[in-house]
This record gives sequence, C-alpha cells and structure tokens, in this order.
Amino acid sequence: MAAIHGWLLLLPAMALLVLFTHFPAVATLIDSFWSTPRGARGSVFVGLDNYQVMVEDPVFWTSLVNSLWFAVGTIPLSIALAILMAVWVNDRIVGRTLVRMAFFTPTILPMIAVANIWLFFYTPQYGLLEQVLGTFGAPSHNWLGSPSTALLCVIVVAIWKEAGFFMIFYLAALQQIPPHLAEAAALEGASRWTYFRRVQFPLLMPTTLFVLVNAVIGAFRTIDHIVVMTRGGPDNATSLLLYHLYQVGFSFWDTGYAAAITAVLLAILAALAFGQYFFLERRVHYR
Amino acid sequence: MSAITLREVSKVWGTVRALDDATFTTREGQLLVLLGPSGCGKSTTLRLIAGLDSASSGQIEILGRDVTNLPPAARNVSMVFQSYALFPHLSVAENIIFGLKVRHVPASERAARLKRAADMLGLAALLDRKPSQLSGGQQQRVALGRAIVAQTPVCLMDEPLSNLDAQLRAEMRREIRALQQRLGITMAYVTHDQVEAMTMADQVILMKDGRIEQDGAPAALYERPATIFTARFVGTPPMNVIPADAIAAAGSADPLQGAPAGSSLMLGVRPEHVRLVESGGVPASVTATEYLGADTLVQTRVGSSEMMARLPGRIDLAPGAAVRLDWQPGSRHWFDAVSGLRVE
Repeated sequence: MAAIHGWLLLLPAMALLVLFTHFPAVATLIDSFWSTPRGARGSVFVGLDNYQVMVEDPVFWTSLVNSLWFAVGTIPLSIALAILMAVWVNDRIVGRTLVRMAFFTPTILPMIAVANIWLFFYTPQYGLLEQVLGTFGAPSHNWLGSPSTALLCVIVVAIWKEAGFFMIFYLAALQQIPPHLAEAAALEGASRWTYFRRVQFPLLMPTTLFVLVNAVIGAFRTIDHIVVMTRGGPDNATSLLLYHLYQVGFSFWDTGYAAAITAVLLAILAALAFGQYFFLERRVHYR
Repeated sequence: MSAITLREVSKVWGTVRALDDATFTTREGQLLVLLGPSGCGKSTTLRLIAGLDSASSGQIEILGRDVTNLPPAARNVSMVFQSYALFPHLSVAENIIFGLKVRHVPASERAARLKRAADMLGLAALLDRKPSQLSGGQQQRVALGRAIVAQTPVCLMDEPLSNLDAQLRAEMRREIRALQQRLGITMAYVTHDQVEAMTMADQVILMKDGRIEQDGAPAALYERPATIFTARFVGTPPMNVIPADAIAAAGSADPLQGAPAGSSLMLGVRPEHVRLVESGGVPASVTATEYLGADTLVQTRVGSSEMMARLPGRIDLAPGAAVRLDWQPGSRHWFDAVSGLRVE
C-alpha cells in the first residue's frame, strides 16, 4: 500500500519527465537510424546512413570546430572574469550593491534584446565599435561581416552574458568562507594574491566544477544570439553545432539527419560532463 | 622590557566606544589575560594588538616598537582564533607551515620546525589529516601549532578554549600555560571565563563596557577587588555584596564593627568566608541549598538581600530554617554604593 502511495506521489513529475524528456530522447535516437519521410515515401530503416551523411557534410565539421572554438573562447574567460568580479564585489567597497547589480544585469536581459544591442555595436561604418576605433584612426572593418572576426564577436557577447551569471555562484561560495581565514592568512603575512591562490581558489573548486559543467553545456546550447546577429554566417563562420542542427531540422526539414546530429551532440555533452567530474572530482575539496 | 603596551587606545564603531581610553602594559614572558563579560571590549583589544582592526586613537607598542599603523604581518605576532581558522582544504602539516611557506622559510627549516611543534603538541600521527577529520581538541592543537612554528615573541589567543568541553578545557589550560612558560613567549589571552584567568594568568586585566576595570595579578583581583564589579566577577560563586544598612537592620551591629566612615556603604563577603554560628552574627533564613560534593552552597536571605554561604562538607538545612551568619573582620570588603569603588 505504502509503495503504491509512493509511486502515486512520483507520478506527476515522472509523467512529465517521461513525456517531454526521456521519450523524445529515445525517440530521437531511434529516428536517427531511419530516413526522413518525404511526401508519399514513408520513413525506412537506413541503419547508419544518416551518420554517414554527417561525416561527409563539411558544414557539420565546420560547425563542430566552431563550437569547440566557441567553448574554448568563452568558458575560461567567462569563469576567470566571474571569479575576478566576485572577489572584487565580495570585498567591502563603495557602492558594492550597485556594482553587483551591474555585473548581474546581462543575465537578466533577454538574449534576443541583448543581441540586437550588440548588433548595433558591431555595425559597419556607424556602429559603436567602429566609431570608437575610428577616433583612434583605425581602418574601418566589418566585424560581423568577415569570417575572420565574426566568431570572435559572438564569443565576446557570450562572455559578457555569462560572466555575471557565474559571478553569482562564486559570490555565494566566497561568502561561505569564514572571514577568520583571511585574518589568519593576513597575520601569517600572506598577500591578497597568496590568499586567493592558496585559500580562496581551492575552496572555490566545488563551485568551479559546477560552473564548468554548466558553462560547457551552455556553450553547446547557445543559439539565440547567433540567430539574431549572424544566422551562422558569413560562410558558416559562426555556425555552431546547435545552429546547424536547427537549420537541418527546421529549414531543410531533414529530420532523420537532424536526429543523428542531436545524438552526436548529446554524446559529446555527456562525455564532457563525465570527463570533468572524473578529472576534477579528485582535486575538489568539499566541506 | 615591556612586551605589549597600550597608551590611551580607543576604538569607536559609529557611536559605540568599543574600547575607551585603554592604557596598560605587560612585561616580556608574561601571560596576560584580558577578562570580561561579552561585549566588554576584550576581543577588540586583542584585534587592535594584532592589527586586524585599527585603533581610532592612541598608541600600541609591541616590544618597544610602535606598531599602531603597521599591518598585521609586520607586527611579529601569532594568533589563535576562537574558531581556530584552520584552512579546511589543507592537511594538518600544511596548515601549520602555511605561514612559513608564505614567508619563504627554507624547506629543511620548515620540516624541522614542523617536527618540533608536532612532537610538542602530540600531532605527529595526524599530520596528513584534514581539519574536518580531527576532534575539537585536536583542531585546537593544530591552531596552537601554527602559532608556535611562527616563533614570534608574542602570541595572541582569542577565547581559544571556549569550543571545548569542560574536561578538555582544563587539560588544555594547563598545557597552554606550560607551553607558554617553556617557550618563554609573551601571551595575551582573551577569555570570559574567570577560572581560566585565575589559573593561567600572571596578569589579569578585567574589562567592562570598553573600560579597564582592574589591572593586576589574579590574587590581587581576588583579595583586593577595586570595584563591586570586579568583586562579583572574580570568584565562584560571586561575592555577596549587600548594603551595610541591611545587616544593621537585620539586628546585629557586630559584623559591621570597624566599618569605614561614610553613608551608603556596601559590604562584600565572599561565600567561602561566611560561617554558620550558634550565637551572634547576622540572623538569616535559608532559601535553598546546593550540595556540590566537597562543599555545600547555602542560599539565605538577610532582610531583603540575598546572601550565599559556601560551607565545607554536606549541610542539611531545610528551606526556611533560621541560621546565623558570621565572618572574620579581615575578610570584609567595603565599597561605595554610588561609585562602586573600594573603600578602605
């Protein structure tokens, strides 16, 4: 009887999870082995054909490499910035609340709106960046329009957006560190930097692990500002894996192939998350 | 030479004077106890000496050097915190030599000092553990170890034993005192526990509301308290301090003979100096008794005042029993009721 009650209590949450998470995930994996139905032609089992297409698709490889660069470009920098900002606003400074709020604001703003503002910053000729650089006599440059700088531009937006969010986690963790530790370290002659390196940073490791896993997932999930700012262009220079997936699935309606990309994307994320826990867990001190 | 000297030091937080015009000095090799109830400014004083807070006014000297405006690290003091302030991610060994590493002491010297401190404190078997794997008493020793290896001439302790159980506290009390004497260091020790002050100190500074109430040897505070506050703070159970008029009104002038001149006098008698007598003395009625084993506390009422007697052995007295209390003339203390000061 008790067991039935238990399952009944679990039922609503489980029904939603199965319906919207587990079932679609499994269905996607199955779909990736089937062809895309077109008109009168139904879906047929094609085995690994969709994966074969993927291997031969140059845009897939470009997107994968872009995604990796995007991750490498955004994650370490946004985490470093987050720690820096958190340490700064954790100290007693004038206007601390205001600065904290300012750092957190990008997180609150909707990405679509933010992307449009940044679009203006990067606009050729009269955009903010151009105007500022122009006053220093730098030559005009189409930041979002040239393949060499477009990815860098969207990376900057992502860092700006993410760092403040991660800062909140670091700030919370810093406030858990008893103030006596700083005093003890100061009495021992430790400089601000030594205290950070030997005490604060190691004690922040659990937070760093958590933030890192989230940052990696976030980097591979980013799509909204790509859609607004570049639509993957120019010449797929900013096409991230998820954006490519979106195009294949909902512009080209090649759902079979899209399912295959999804499976690969999920596999990459799972592998990264496992790897992080496996490598970092041992170095993390949990209180 | 004086080890620690404060000259007219004050610390003001907003409108609160946490420390008001404190002046004292302690000699090298002494164990100085800063004693007082919570909020009296004793911890503030210690933090000012350490440099963790800066004085609002006045001058602080350590070993003849003016340190008033120096940062904590430049003052050549070590400190043991109430919460121990151990670094939770570092092993016991790393915790102890943290400061030596920061100060770039050579590795061989570090190892030698660590070994000496660990042997002295019985930590040798625990060096690889993390603080969370230690008991309260062991954590306390690690904090002590960190203070010892610094080899500073002055060591500050902020209520180091308050988180330990009673038995361990008594043990650590003796150990800290022995350590201080063996190393010959000057120690400033903050506590609210007057037993710690009495048993450990060479010099006690009793504080109240940010001011120094009395500065002297433990025996001086016990035998010649300068104020009613000192009289009642030092010694357990606290000294009976009741208006002299109450004694007179109770019907006996004998115990008051030889009182100094002056109106509104208060009479102080320690419970351990009160005796029961068959005749004479002060009539009182018993309100309660507490049997402690070696002696019995007898709570009585004299007129409208409470009076406690601490009598050896086991005394059976029912509440309401009539007794007569007496004491030696020499064990009386006289205070002015208005100023609270001692009157000779």
